Amino acid sequence: MNIESVLRSLLVAAFIGLIEWLCRTHVIPPMVLIPPSQMLMHLLSLVSTGQYSQDILFSFGNIVVSAFVAIISGFFIGLAVHSMPRFRAALEPLLASYYAVPTFIFYPVFIVVFGVGHGSIIAIAVLLAIVAMITATLTGLDRIPNVLRKSAAVMRMSRLQTAWRIQLPAALPYLFGGVKLAVAYSFIGVIASEFILSGSGIGYAIAFAYNNFESDNMYALMLLVLISVTLINAALNFFDRRLQARRQR
Amino acid sequence: MTFALKGGAVETLRVAVESRTPHVTLSQVTRSFKKASTREMFAALGPIDLTLNKGEFFSVVGPSGCGKSTLMDVLSGLARPTSGQVMFEGKVISSVPDGVGVVFQEDASFPWLTVRDNIAFGLRRSGVDGPEVERRVAYALGFMGLRDFAGAYPAQLSGGMRQRVCIARTLVMQPRLILMDEPFGALDQQTRLLMGDELLRLWRETNATVLLITHALDEAAMLSDRVGVMSSRPGLFIDLVETGWERDRDSRVVSTPRFGEINARLWDKLRVETMKVMGAQH
Ligand SMILES: Nc1ncnc2c1ncn2[C@@H]1O[C@H](COP(=O)(O)OP(=O)(O)O)[C@@H](O)[C@H]1O
Ligand SMILES: [Mg+2]
Repeated sequence: MNIESVLRSLLVAAFIGLIEWLCRTHVIPPMVLIPPSQMLMHLLSLVSTGQYSQDILFSFGNIVVSAFVAIISGFFIGLAVHSMPRFRAALEPLLASYYAVPTFIFYPVFIVVFGVGHGSIIAIAVLLAIVAMITATLTGLDRIPNVLRKSAAVMRMSRLQTAWRIQLPAALPYLFGGVKLAVAYSFIGVIASEFILSGSGIGYAIAFAYNNFESDNMYALMLLVLISVTLINAALNFFDRRLQARRQR
Repeated sequence: MTFALKGGAVETLRVAVESRTPHVTLSQVTRSFKKASTREMFAALGPIDLTLNKGEFFSVVGPSGCGKSTLMDVLSGLARPTSGQVMFEGKVISSVPDGVGVVFQEDASFPWLTVRDNIAFGLRRSGVDGPEVERRVAYALGFMGLRDFAGAYPAQLSGGMRQRVCIARTLVMQPRLILMDEPFGALDQQTRLLMGDELLRLWRETNATVLLITHALDEAAMLSDRVGVMSSRPGLFIDLVETGWERDRDSRVVSTPRFGEINARLWDKLRVETMKVMGAQH
């Protein structure tokens, strides 16, 4: 570990310690926030009793499916768009301003179409995540030096072989940036949708706990989301760094 | 095309002439591009008539931007000529035919593969069996001085070493026609001379036809059977110089008077063309 990551860990620890102290001394009243240690203990007991297992599985199922759908279809859409320069030129400004649209306004429409349940949640999460993947794919394909395509032609590789054996690995570091974003957006899309309008999932459980003044449950679940996101992000960053390490001096 | 020869080179040449069979033939080949700004066409190359004989070592020199790389693209089948045709081993080509290997001017190493896997990439695809792949890759690693870097990734190597990886990747396929676009551009002079010797040895052993594009006149003079001098854009061959070297030659020819004569003749033609290019920029 380098000095920066030690400092960063200390910073996070100090912040948690400060909150802990403010809560314990009742500077922050228990009605507002419970001490982080208590959140963690409560989370552990929730996990061991299995009270929210259904909701946790529901949410993570949705997140995995959404991320997967967004990454795979985003890649192939990117590939297709890249091969049509005219269409791409028409489309690109729309893609660039895509994240200016608050996607969640379409949620009621999805509920009408897919009903309350997995369908509309996944739809909104995919909608949120897919464009990041499309954009990353386009950038990745742009960055492939022309000479690699020529090399593939000299080796008499078919279009499919070239895509699979040359273009995909050559663009992979850029694609991975898209993967990280797609996962993050899937998280946001799923948890937020459950929050608004759903009968199950972590987002729903947090909203339910909030409405019923169960701050123990609420904070424990929020902590669960934070920990999951941090771990997944750390794992993705680890792979990303390994991928990049090969390409840098 | 024939050119007057000086002195003792005539004997060797007659032997070479007798064994001449065409390997690649360009007939009235041109290539034009659209100008990015005005969208009108401009001629980058030709019309060119050229025959490379089987087993010949042919070099191309010319001012930068005269169409050397374009010539190589067309000759390899990577690009279609705007007009005219290219024949390889008796057939008109429309894409890269089997038996052609290309070393590009730019770094074409695959950054996601180790040096070893880069070199083995084409071989593994072509269905050569495992032990033979191992053997050829090991040989190429040694040949190119890359043995200690077999497990390294291209990003960890210098530009010259990456270029050697690309040369190795092409040579292990044992192409019958080898096209190389300024392959030694990133190497220092000493390494360049030694690589030239290695290339000559390989050329003799494999009987391949070689087309080498280079900006180094001495390299062209030392390595080639014939040197083609190109004019400034659109590139045309304005001189074809027969060196008259024996097949069994190496970098020591640089100390012969003939080498000096060839060099002088190449520079004489090229000087004028280079000045045209320089003048056009002012
Ligand atoms: N794909 C292309 N599109 C447009 N112009 C090109 C293209 N490739 C080469 N040219 C132009 O053709 C001319 C010859 O280029 P090139 O063959 O690369 O020259 P050289 O290799 O001799 O330096 C140059 O003016 C270059 O700008
Ligand atoms: Mg060039």
